Amino acid sequence: MHIVVCIKQVPDTKIIKINPKTNTLDRRSAPAILNPYDAHAVQEAVNIRKRLGKGHITVISMGPPPATAVIKKSIEIGADEGYLITDRAFAGADTLATSYALAKGLEKIAKNRPIDMVICGKQAIDGDTGQVGPGIARRLDIPPVTNVLEVLEINEQEKTILVKRKTAGGYEIVQSDLPCLLTVEKEINEIEYAPLPNMIKAARYEPVIWTVKDFDDVDRSKLGLKGSPTVVGKMFTPPKPEGAKMLEGTIDEQVKQVIDIMMEREELFFETKN
Amino acid sequence: MPEKFDVIVVGAGPAGTACAYVCAKNGLKVLQIERGEYPGSKNVMGGVLYRKQLEEIIPEFWKEAPVERPIVEQNFWFMDKESVVKFGYKGLEWGEEPYNNFTVLRAKFDQWFAEKAVEQGSLLINETVVTECLVENGKVVGVRTDRPDGDVYADVVVLADGVNSLLAKQLGFHKEFRPDEVALAVMEVINLPKEKINDRFNLEDNQGATIEIFGDSTKGNLGTAFIYTNKESINIGVGTTLSSMIKARIKPYELLDYLKNHPMVRNLIEGGESAEYAAHLIPEGGYNSVPKVVGDGVVVVGDAAQLVNAIHREGSNMAMASGRMAAEAIIKAKERNDFSEAGLSSYRDALYNSFIIKDLEKYKDAASLFEENPQYFQYYLPMLNKAMSEFFTVDGVPKKEKQKAMMKMFTGERGKLAVMKDIYRAWKAVK
Repeated sequence: MHIVVCIKQVPDTKIIKINPKTNTLDRRSAPAILNPYDAHAVQEAVNIRKRLGKGHITVISMGPPPATAVIKKSIEIGADEGYLITDRAFAGADTLATSYALAKGLEKIAKNRPIDMVICGKQAIDGDTGQVGPGIARRLDIPPVTNVLEVLEINEQEKTILVKRKTAGGYEIVQSDLPCLLTVEKEINEIEYAPLPNMIKAARYEPVIWTVKDFDDVDRSKLGLKGSPTVVGKMFTPPKPEGAKMLEGTIDEQVKQVIDIMMEREELFFETKN
Repeated sequence: MPEKFDVIVVGAGPAGTACAYVCAKNGLKVLQIERGEYPGSKNVMGGVLYRKQLEEIIPEFWKEAPVERPIVEQNFWFMDKESVVKFGYKGLEWGEEPYNNFTVLRAKFDQWFAEKAVEQGSLLINETVVTECLVENGKVVGVRTDRPDGDVYADVVVLADGVNSLLAKQLGFHKEFRPDEVALAVMEVINLPKEKINDRFNLEDNQGATIEIFGDSTKGNLGTAFIYTNKESINIGVGTTLSSMIKARIKPYELLDYLKNHPMVRNLIEGGESAEYAAHLIPEGGYNSVPKVVGDGVVVVGDAAQLVNAIHREGSNMAMASGRMAAEAIIKAKERNDFSEAGLSSYRDALYNSFIIKDLEKYKDAASLFEENPQYFQYYLPMLNKAMSEFFTVDGVPKKEKQKAMMKMFTGERGKLAVMKDIYRAWKAVK
């Protein structure tokens, strides 16, 4: 089974600062990390390979040259090889242009080794769109299965996969043909503490770099800024929530105050009866 | 079968990285293991990096290394509660190549330095803790890490695991510290606009200043405080020996708060935003605390070997020099394929013939002198302040009488003989 995982380098948004003038992320203020959802995607590929007893895991990313770091990180987790698409021609891409470029990369990988499954994180923590995964699936004409919580069964003979996916109100069990594309939630697995040989392999690993010249069939008008119809109209920082009231007194007094507030503002806490 | 390297370096601070760099540059197969998220993430120092010892490893490093400011002014302050006596030197020759020393932010600097070793071919892995040395027939043959399949082998293991070297302790090279052998230092990085720093410290953009503060900065305990200027921030910190802290029942963060609010200090940092807070042990035992530094298949470098000159505020430079010397010894050992204690002993010889051990030996009694004789910090420093105040105050008293009064002030309480003794002892300790 050949699993390809699409990964992205993102600023750690837990600690990033926002430029108060432009309202954009100040990328220098936070270290660049492997998008956490993507780390779970790589780990899931490793878990599937372990479950099946064999398999090959390739990771692919698009981004500036420092993004080789997240490919190395994926090798630590257990990927076998990694590719980085990096070229000025790809810069400024929105989700449409990104999914086009990654789909082209996947086609190129598939020429050497047919792909049985693509796994993506459900979204990147810097853009939060969740569009690239399904965009790739559409372009490769394979079924997208989003928000996967658990891979229940893989049938290599029948070429099917059974997964549990999160829905707005709960979850559902879905069967899909292979190849397909999964996007995964964080709950799907725990990132394992990587074995030492993986760490050494990753330290030594040089990812394969692809520039636009390595693709003979790309439509340049679909790449980078040119291929990105997204327009950012306005950006603003959401106002900080205000009005918190700290309760004082003994525990009993505080509990009483909470109950009083809840009774006073009933509509916030209880469904109103019609 | 676990992989075997020529050299495993435990720790990616200045000592470990210097060693990894020189070994890799000379074609050895090197694995460097760091427990932090990245090199420098767990490393702390006041912030002064000396040029000479790094230049011996990477010529003209300042052209690309992330240094903050070349230091053109160095000051000693002898501080009392509401006064300070200042002594310092500013020289523009230090503002030009090749410079004397720089301020650095360790998180940035250590990453850069480690990256240079990687460029030479050293393999660096982070977030991995070495739990013990693998020993076979009394010889160190590798290390065990906390990761699955975590054993890895090498001809030589370099212990650059810092002041509290658990690995050197496990090998029996040194014992648990006594509280007077280590200092605990706490520091803050305080962000301030460049213009404010330049104004307050009388500096230009590419000039830095340092202040070492004795006396009331540690509430009279054995130790020092420091203030160093970075490009757009100030490092301020204070450290005293653990034994002083225990004796005086003070907490390190209380001392730092006291210092930051001291009337002689607070205006320098006023309006700044605290960006980082760090605390670290400093090996200050000096010559008498240096452990065994060479064993079969193993060498100890940097803080792990307690190579810090507390009096001259030197540590990272000694660390780098010791790392380089260890690397040179390993390269020789490799040529003869002899990694025994005897085969690696040229490291010990180099270390003991260098400024490192010579300087530590020179000051070997200084720390215990000041520790056992609190009068230097608690009596003479306040007295010095009073004397200077007297000297500068114009109040109609004839100068001759003033001088007499000042002399009397010094000798009065302790007596002439005791003062002579104190001077002699201090001179002997630092001569």
